[in-house]
Parts: sequence; structure tokens; C-alpha cells
Amino acid sequence: MSAEVVWTWVAAGLTLSMFSFLYRDNPFFKLGEHLYVGVTVGYMLTVTWFEYLHPKLWLPLVVGTETGHDWSLLVPAFFGLLVLTRFVPSLAWLSRWSFALLVGFGAGVSIPRYISSNILSQVEGTVVPLWAGHWGAAVTTGVILVGVISTLVYFFFSVEHRGAIRVVSRVGVYFLMVSFGASFGATVMGRNALLFGRFYDLVDFAGARYYHATLVLLAVMVVSLAVWARWAGRGGGSEAPQA
Amino acid sequence: MVPRLRLAWLVVPVLGVCGQALAQEGEGATVPLSAPTGVELIDRPNDDGKALMLLWDVMPYDAEGVVYRVEVAAGEAPFRETASLAWQGGSRFLSSEQKWPFWAWRKDDRRHLHVLTSFQAEEPDAAQAGGSRLVEKSLEPLTRYRVRLTVLRGEDSAWAGPLDAVPVGNLFNRVKLHNLIYTLLFSGIILVYIARARRRELFLRRIPGLDAVEEAIGRGTEMGRPIYFLTGRYDIGEPSTMAAITILGEVAKKVALYDTRLKVPHTYPMVMAVSQEVVKEAYIEAGRPDAFSEEINFFVTDDQFSYAAAVEGMMVRERPAACFYMGYYFAESLLMAETGAETGAIQVAGTDADHQLPFFVTACDYTLIGEELYAASAYLSRKPVLVGTLRGQDAAKAILMAAILAGTALATLGAAAGWSPATLGYVLDAFRDFGG
Repeated sequence: MSAEVVWTWVAAGLTLSMFSFLYRDNPFFKLGEHLYVGVTVGYMLTVTWFEYLHPKLWLPLVVGTETGHDWSLLVPAFFGLLVLTRFVPSLAWLSRWSFALLVGFGAGVSIPRYISSNILSQVEGTVVPLWAGHWGAAVTTGVILVGVISTLVYFFFSVEHRGAIRVVSRVGVYFLMVSFGASFGATVMGRNALLFGRFYDLVDFAGARYYHATLVLLAVMVVSLAVWARWAGRGGGSEAPQA
Repeated sequence: MVPRLRLAWLVVPVLGVCGQALAQEGEGATVPLSAPTGVELIDRPNDDGKALMLLWDVMPYDAEGVVYRVEVAAGEAPFRETASLAWQGGSRFLSSEQKWPFWAWRKDDRRHLHVLTSFQAEEPDAAQAGGSRLVEKSLEPLTRYRVRLTVLRGEDSAWAGPLDAVPVGNLFNRVKLHNLIYTLLFSGIILVYIARARRRELFLRRIPGLDAVEEAIGRGTEMGRPIYFLTGRYDIGEPSTMAAITILGEVAKKVALYDTRLKVPHTYPMVMAVSQEVVKEAYIEAGRPDAFSEEINFFVTDDQFSYAAAVEGMMVRERPAACFYMGYYFAESLLMAETGAETGAIQVAGTDADHQLPFFVTACDYTLIGEELYAASAYLSRKPVLVGTLRGQDAAKAILMAAILAGTALATLGAAAGWSPATLGYVLDAFRDFGG
């Protein structure tokens, strides 16, 4: 049996384990969930060392490159090490310096980006001539203008939504709901595509080339879950399945 | 119809078409080719020093069939062709096509412009002993480059140059001057409102979703089940995460008062560390430091779907009384919110992730939409800084609404009166995003 077949069985088994959550929380799902979390944490640690710490800190600072040692990296290294002071309760307050640096840097970088993408791009897209010689374009432009203004009014927190403000903000809510509906439909279609992709794989794994992995594992899983449900229902399990 | 008149019907259009064709052929073709004039090679302003600008006059022979060839060399290396600019279709590579505002660039329809960001350089070919190959390289700051401009039409050619220039990085990007002005303006407004909020209480309208917070925590206390609070899938520097952590602090205070269990599964270690501090302070403020536990905040994994799977697993096992989803979310939003709904928990979500909002609206009892997430922290805490910030943001929104309405009116007026794009640009550039 080749390595490809072995890994195909693993893939099919883990996929079916995760799908078993549709039935209820069960040992197969727990196995898949814990394996998934453990693997990703291990992977993250490896990536952190090989992609960040080793090439961007250890090599230029400790080992040195063609241009010598980059001593400026001592500053981020120092603030990075301060985070570890959380393990020493009497020094834990020092970690706040690193958090303050991160939050301050994050806010500073975000503000111009937000003004650019959330304000200027929005205003630029809205500020267009209402009439450009075509009725269709004029209606579209008008709808966008009304939508933007009414939605902005909905997000006013300084005034009570009464009278005219209430009417305009309600229009804004309708615009929001229409956009949510469109977004919901588009995303659900995308998710269906992912699901079908997984099904195609399972169908492929069910073939003779992989010794009918999907069918065998599905049968084993169904029988096991039936036995487990009966056993747990009699109080044998630590957590009885709930309907 | 009189035969002469019929003949005229035939002759006039034919003459018209022939005349147009002759006129087009005459454009440029009759003007002899000469070296481009007014050629300038300058450092591109407002950048990181990795580009040069080549400018030259619009020539009388510019027409279909004319090609400008730009050759670049680093230092004393031989010239290599970098760009071939053909005068065809709508492509005119004019200086006025540069997408910069009027205060950063003087747009000129009588000048051509080509921005140089890379060049062809010869390098030894590792696959071929003694051989070489051409590779495209980016322009580097503080390096001298030579440029030659050649104009071609059929077999004819003429050239100008070589010229040389050195790209230099700039500390200030004037293209984004309006961004800075808006930042200062809005910051000033917010500071004024914070000062006002410190002097007297400012009004904030009721946010329905937040009234559910107390209800949800009370329910958790009655049922003896935990309350889950998720801070989103962004790291600590993002505003949505900061807003989520602020709300977590307020929720933690109430949880401490009611003596309910709180669980905060994290996906970023730094967010977890900050949340631990915030929750600890909340318990101290509530007068229940004894009830605080380091276990309230715990790290799961930084991977999106394994985090979702783990949280879902915990939800079905512990069946929380309430779930709060605050901050920014991606595709895991529906997975978690749907599982939370299945367990019968009261769910309150707040996110500015517009693509995930529909899922929260569908699966949660209350949803804070977009900016309501930021308003929530002010509404819950009533801290002058947060309330003042929120009121300042409202004032900024009012200014933007006025700008949108005024800008639209001007654009409509300009279109009706036949103003040129350049004239309109003097007004509308202030509302445009010029990117990088």
C-alpha cells in the first residue's frame, strides 16, 4: 500500500470525522478537533521560528550577515522579551510596554489607512454627477447617494431616532438589509462550492484505487457511533448525547 | 429622384470618407521625425525612491504608428530597452493622466510622461557556463540611472539623451496631504468633544443590542452556565479588536458582580495577554478580585478553522448561557454562531466585517452592526473619553455627509455646464483616494 493511499485514508477519515458533528458531538469529532488544533499549533510554532525568528532576528542579529550584525534589531527583541515577563508575576507589568507599543503602532498605522479606504474611497465613489446623459446611470447614482446618506444617518448616535431622522434611518436599515441579503446569498454559494469540492474528494476516495476508503470508513464510523450512542445512552459515557 | 441628385447622394459620402482617411493619414505622416524636445528625467516625488519620471513634449508628428522607445542603463552599463510606448487607441501617456491631486502634480496635456520603476540588466546565467541572461530589476534609491528616448516611425528614428538622474526617497508624501488634514481635523473635533464630555454628560441614543448584555449575563447566572466571549480574528493592533477588548472589560465587570463563569478563547497570544489584563482590572473594579482566574482567558490556536472547530466543540459540551462575538470575523462566523444558536445560548454579536454581518444577523439574537461595535464600548462604560470620541465621530460624519452632498451638487453642475475634468479636479481631488 503506497503512502498516497495511506494519506488518502487519513484525509477521508478526518473529513468524515468533522462531518460527524452534524450528527452530534462524538468521539470521532473530538479526535478530529483535537488533532486539528494540535497540528495547527505545532505548525504555527514551526512557522514562527523558520519564517520570523530565525531569518529575521537570529541570523541578522546573532550570526550576522554580509553587512555585519544588525544591532537595531535589539529594540524589537527587547520589547518581544518583555512579553515573556508575564510568566514572572512581580515583573508582569513590564509586558504592558510591549502592548502599549503594539496598540499605539497599530492605531497609528490604521488611521491613515481607514481614512483612505473607509472615507475617501467611499466619498469618491459617491461624488459623481447625478445626470450624465443616461437615465439608467442617473437612477443608479441616485440610489447610491440615498443609500449612503440614509445609512450614515442610521449610524448617528448623538440624536434620538425620532421624526424625520427615524424615517431616514429606517431607509438606511433597508439598504443595509438588502446588502446583507446579497452578501449572504453570494457567500452561501461560495460555501456550497467548498462543500461540493470536499464531496468530490470523498467520491474519488471511494474508488477501487484507494481501496474504497470513504465507504469503509463511513461504515465503520456509522456502526461505531450506533454502538457509542447506545452505550452512552445507558450512562456508560461521561457525556450522554443530547437530542 | 433626379439622376444628378442620386449621384450626389453617392459622391458626397464617398468624398467624406476619403477625405477623413486622407486627413488621418496626413496626421503626423507629413511631419518629419525629429528628436523629442523638452526631455526631462527627474526623481519621482512622493515615493520611496524607487522610481524616475521621464517627461517630454507632445510632438507634432504624434499619431498612429509612432512608437517611443525608452532605454535605461544603471551606471555605465549598456542601454537596454525598458518600455515601448505606442501611440494607439486611447493610449497617449500624457502627464495629465498621472493620478495625483492638483496640489501634488501639475497636469499638462502638452507633455508626455513615463514612470520608470524597473529596467533590464544583464546577469551571468548559472545554467549556461560563460553565458548571460537579461533580468528585470527594480530601480534602487541613490543609484544613478541613464535614460535614452528614441522615437520610431517605420524605418525612421530619432533620439534624445542620454539623461541621467538619481531616485531619492521622500519623507513626506504630498499626494496624501488631504489624508493628513482630515486626520488632524477629525482628531481635533474628537478632542473637543472629549473635553466637553469631561465637563458634562453627553447624550447617546439607546443601542438595542446592548440592552441584551445584562439579560444574557443574568441568564448565565440563573442557569449556572458559562458565558463565552470571543474577541475576533484580528490581532491586537486593529481597532475592532481594541473595541472588542473594551466591551470585554465591561462584560467582565458585570460577570464578576453576578459571580458567573466567563470563558474567553483566544486565537492571538497578544490579544490574550491584553485581555487578561483587562479582565483582571474589571474584576478588581467590580470588587471581586478573588473571583478572577487566569483560566478565564485561554489560547486555542491561531488557525482559523481549527479554532472554530475547538470553540464549537466547547460550546456543545458546556452549553453556554450566552455567547458574545465581538471584533472582526471571517468565514468562521457562521460556523460558531450557528453552533451557539443550536445550544440555545443568547447570542450578541458586534462586528465591522461587512461580509460576516449577514451571518450574525441570521444566527444571533442581537447584532451590533459596523460602527455600533465602537459605540458599544462608549455606551456601556460611559467613560468621557469614549463618549467624547463617539460624539466627535458623529460630527465628522455630519461633515462628510455635507461634503458628499456638496460634492455631488458640484459634480452635477460641472457636468451640466461642461466644465473640464481639470476644473472639476480642483474641487473633487480633496475627496479622492489616491492610493499608495
